[in-house]
Amino acid sequence: MFRLALPLRGAVASLAALVLAASLAVASEDAAAGGGHGATQALDLPSMLFVFMLSTFIGIGVIRRVSRLLHTPLMSLTNAISAIAVVGAILVTGPDYPPHIRFLGAVALFASMTNIVSGFLITNRMLKMFKTREGGEKGVQK
Amino acid sequence: MTYTLVQLSYLLATALFIFSLHWMSDPKTARRGVYSGVAGMTVGILATWAQPAFIVHNGWIFLALLLGAAVGWPLSRVPLTAVPQRTALSHAFGGLAAGLVGTAKYYLWYSEGPENLTAFRMVAIIAEIVLGYLTFTGSLMAAGKLQELKWVPQRPVTYRGQNVINLGLLLLAVGLGAFLVVDPTADMAPKLFPVIIALSLVFGVLLIIPIGGADMPTVISILNSYAGLSAVAMGFVLDNKLLITAGALDGSSGLILSIIMCRAMNRSFTNVLFGAFGQVQAAAAQGEQKSYKAETVEGAAQVLEQSSLVVIVPGYGLAVAQAQHKVREVYDQLKSRGITVKFAIHPVAGRMPGHMNVLLAEAEIPYTDLVEMDEINSEMPQCDVALVIGANDVVNPAARADKSSPIYGMPIIDADKARTVFAIKRSKNPGFAGIDNELYFGDRTWMLFGDAKAVVGELAKQLSGGSGMH
Repeated sequence: MFRLALPLRGAVASLAALVLAASLAVASEDAAAGGGHGATQALDLPSMLFVFMLSTFIGIGVIRRVSRLLHTPLMSLTNAISAIAVVGAILVTGPDYPPHIRFLGAVALFASMTNIVSGFLITNRMLKMFKTREGGEKGVQK
Repeated sequence: MTYTLVQLSYLLATALFIFSLHWMSDPKTARRGVYSGVAGMTVGILATWAQPAFIVHNGWIFLALLLGAAVGWPLSRVPLTAVPQRTALSHAFGGLAAGLVGTAKYYLWYSEGPENLTAFRMVAIIAEIVLGYLTFTGSLMAAGKLQELKWVPQRPVTYRGQNVINLGLLLLAVGLGAFLVVDPTADMAPKLFPVIIALSLVFGVLLIIPIGGADMPTVISILNSYAGLSAVAMGFVLDNKLLITAGALDGSSGLILSIIMCRAMNRSFTNVLFGAFGQVQAAAAQGEQKSYKAETVEGAAQVLEQSSLVVIVPGYGLAVAQAQHKVREVYDQLKSRGITVKFAIHPVAGRMPGHMNVLLAEAEIPYTDLVEMDEINSEMPQCDVALVIGANDVVNPAARADKSSPIYGMPIIDADKARTVFAIKRSKNPGFAGIDNELYFGDRTWMLFGDAKAVVGELAKQLSGGSGMH
């Protein structure tokens, strides 16, 4: 029903581009760090790229199996899930940063929370409607 | 919570999110997916919040969460015909959140820790704000078009050199970004940063105005992907793996849906984004006048009663007219006579992926009778009546035969192969894309002119009235 070739090609191409850009950035950083003050941030870039690559492949694998019936609820669900950006917003709003920084964080927090609440609720509302038989038992159950 | 505990909580949240999407594979388990998603979200938020040594302004967080919930709740109660707008709006919020966090982080580090502004982080920050802000305005425009706001042009807006201008703006933003990557602490950097933001905001608007309503399913999917990728970029900026995984799941979902939508229209991404659909066809529609055969509702009802297999082809017109509940009445009437009724769902019918399924499910039509295009097409020659309700391009045989047609090559539902076709249409004007539809002039096609809801309602009344005579 759905051939893998095309999305894979796209994913591989974008990953390759990203890894290339990241390696360039890392290389330039190493060069700049030369003196040794680069130790202040122990950012584990390769492991972050690993995480990104693997979760993209898992995402493609899982999403390809989602029933076409449910593409609208799927979109509202993934939307709510990606509102996990709320975590980033908390990390900017909560600490003892200058007020204008925290204000930007609070607006981001508000925007993400809107997505979380409306996203999960509307997904649930839509899924409740998918039934196998009229009036009969619900096809969708917990 | 210690660093390790927080990270382990993030691991748990990620697993819950993956299960959440896994359970969406079947309508039977799908609601479990929602609960799993909520659980993952709760774990993620609590683990982040519960760091009392670091997170001190709890009042701010609490207030923002409360306000977000207060706005989010009514947004989840919109009618299902408005779901595409709501989805676009939530992509806008997602983009905005990413953009704002990126902005806040940059200015924080610029003033309080310039050593944090490494080249890699700057690449991530620039990606985050460009993607975030362009998704914000682009999705707002898309939501406005879908909501049919007066001040948002519905028809595609095109002008000479459009693509050059759009591309130029994007390149300018990326170029300025590259400058900041090289020298993030330059004196003029804090002034350049807002310029990049402004360029991204403008680019988002310009990207969407040349796109017409028929392309909205693809555009919404692409914006979905962008919103996810901006969350990934945020994860790279904040060194947060939960953001990267959740964002990647959203990004790949948007990617796959875009590919399905593009394939269902036989078009490429670039063609959707830069092709300015809707211009060419306006001219192509000027042809010789052909004549329709009109049928009365009574006549149509009689033919429907005599059939054994009826395939209903719904399109966006059904959503606009809110006819899904009336369709359900017709479905019930036919079913009670032992007639097999199926719905043929084209992937791009409606204004977002899966839109028709949700509307028909709302009218309590069993999802087992909603059949995908590829599956139904093999049955069309055996079909006695194809009832086309508010669909146009997705049943246009020109896509199969007419090489000069702008929709040539697009897979369609073969409604024209049915023994009889009834097409319900609001007016005699050509459809959204302005393309003449050969189906309406076919030998076996009869038109039922009128508002979809009124015509289908009348049809249901005829069928229920006639049932006593058998």
